[in-house]
Amino acid sequence: MVKTLGWLTAAALAAGLVMAFGVAPREVTQGNVQRIMYVHVPLILASYVAFVVLAVASLVYLVRRDLAADRVAHASGEVGVMFVGLGIATGSIWGKPTWGTWWTWDARLTSVAILFVMYLGYLLLRGTIDDPERAARYCAVLGIVAALDIPLVHFSVYWWRTLHQPPSLMKPGGFTGSSSILWPLLVNLLAFILLYVYFVARRARLLRAQAEAIA
Amino acid sequence: MSYARRALAVAWKDLAVERRSKETLNALVFFSLLLLFVFQFTLGGDRERLAAVLPGVLWLGFVLSALLALGRTFLVEREHDCWEGLLLAPGDKSAIYLGKLAGNLALMLVVEALVLGLFVVFFDIDLGRALPGLLVVVLLGTLGLAAVGTLFAAMTANVRARELLFPVLLLPVQIPVLLATVKATEALLLGEPLGAVGHWVKLLLAADVVYVVVSLLTFDVVLEA
Repeated sequence: MVKTLGWLTAAALAAGLVMAFGVAPREVTQGNVQRIMYVHVPLILASYVAFVVLAVASLVYLVRRDLAADRVAHASGEVGVMFVGLGIATGSIWGKPTWGTWWTWDARLTSVAILFVMYLGYLLLRGTIDDPERAARYCAVLGIVAALDIPLVHFSVYWWRTLHQPPSLMKPGGFTGSSSILWPLLVNLLAFILLYVYFVARRARLLRAQAEAIA
Repeated sequence: MSYARRALAVAWKDLAVERRSKETLNALVFFSLLLLFVFQFTLGGDRERLAAVLPGVLWLGFVLSALLALGRTFLVEREHDCWEGLLLAPGDKSAIYLGKLAGNLALMLVVEALVLGLFVVFFDIDLGRALPGLLVVVLLGTLGLAAVGTLFAAMTANVRARELLFPVLLLPVQIPVLLATVKATEALLLGEPLGAVGHWVKLLLAADVVYVVVSLLTFDVVLEA
């Protein structure tokens, strides 16, 4: 099943690439650089999915004490951190020619950066505990604290001036851009969410094999 | 013993140990004095520049001493071989958390009062009308720091590289509290009333409630042997 998912993901990624370069129009003022958006936005949104799954899996672990839930949380943490890191990197690459700077302490950039370091800490905590049962408990607690902290981070950082584009997909009133931009974006979003699921499935399986090998 | 009595017993024990040994307090007082030198040397003598960054630097002082103080919360129990005794305490373990939190809060407020005093003398801050508002902000901010700090201290007490891991876990989670306290302190020192920073105060209140409730609910899980 995982294998099928892998092929499906590869197909979706290929379709996304074709649409981002073939179907989507060249942006008038920004030029081809703008096409990075088709990777940047899906990466960040998929990382949000990862962190939501992480929080839910943490809660499930604490209630059921099922190490399978912990493995999902663990894998989601790793993939989420990687995605958000790549999202920041692609944003930077886009920001240099467009805004004239690699980085700026604007509200949304800052929140995403905080998310990145918060979950990097989560992975660090995992790395320092040998006992799998204890690692699962502590990380579940941290996962829940981090999830509840996100709204606080959002509001505290929001009260700064923002330079970022307002959200283009999820905003009141819905998407207003043309469909030649929307479809490539949606296909890429689907592709990256599939990629996330595929990575988590693979990683969770590997973690189980590791646990069984040690036991 | 009732829940509140058990929590008080833990807080009382911690404060009594601290009052007699002054182990943590002495070091923290000395540390905050040293911070004063560090800040002075890094910022230079320019009065205007100093005034602009003072709220941030003040909270930097609070946070650095909090990291030292909070990180030790459960290490002292290990050092004195009291960890098992603490775990054997009957009833809901969250009472231990509340007691530890109260003890930490008291210790941090003492140190913060001292740091603030040093700032008034050496950096010439005019507290004046800002003091009542500042007290509210400091109290709420410190509660937020101590609430998560006490929970994380219990977690990191049992892992490798704990001295490193504690600040690395605590700081990102505490960014909302830091932003709120620094911004509110800045406005208050400029002579604005507490009402003008109402949104920050509300954020701090929300953060404190979230942190304390989550910690109370999850502390049991952390202490499980």
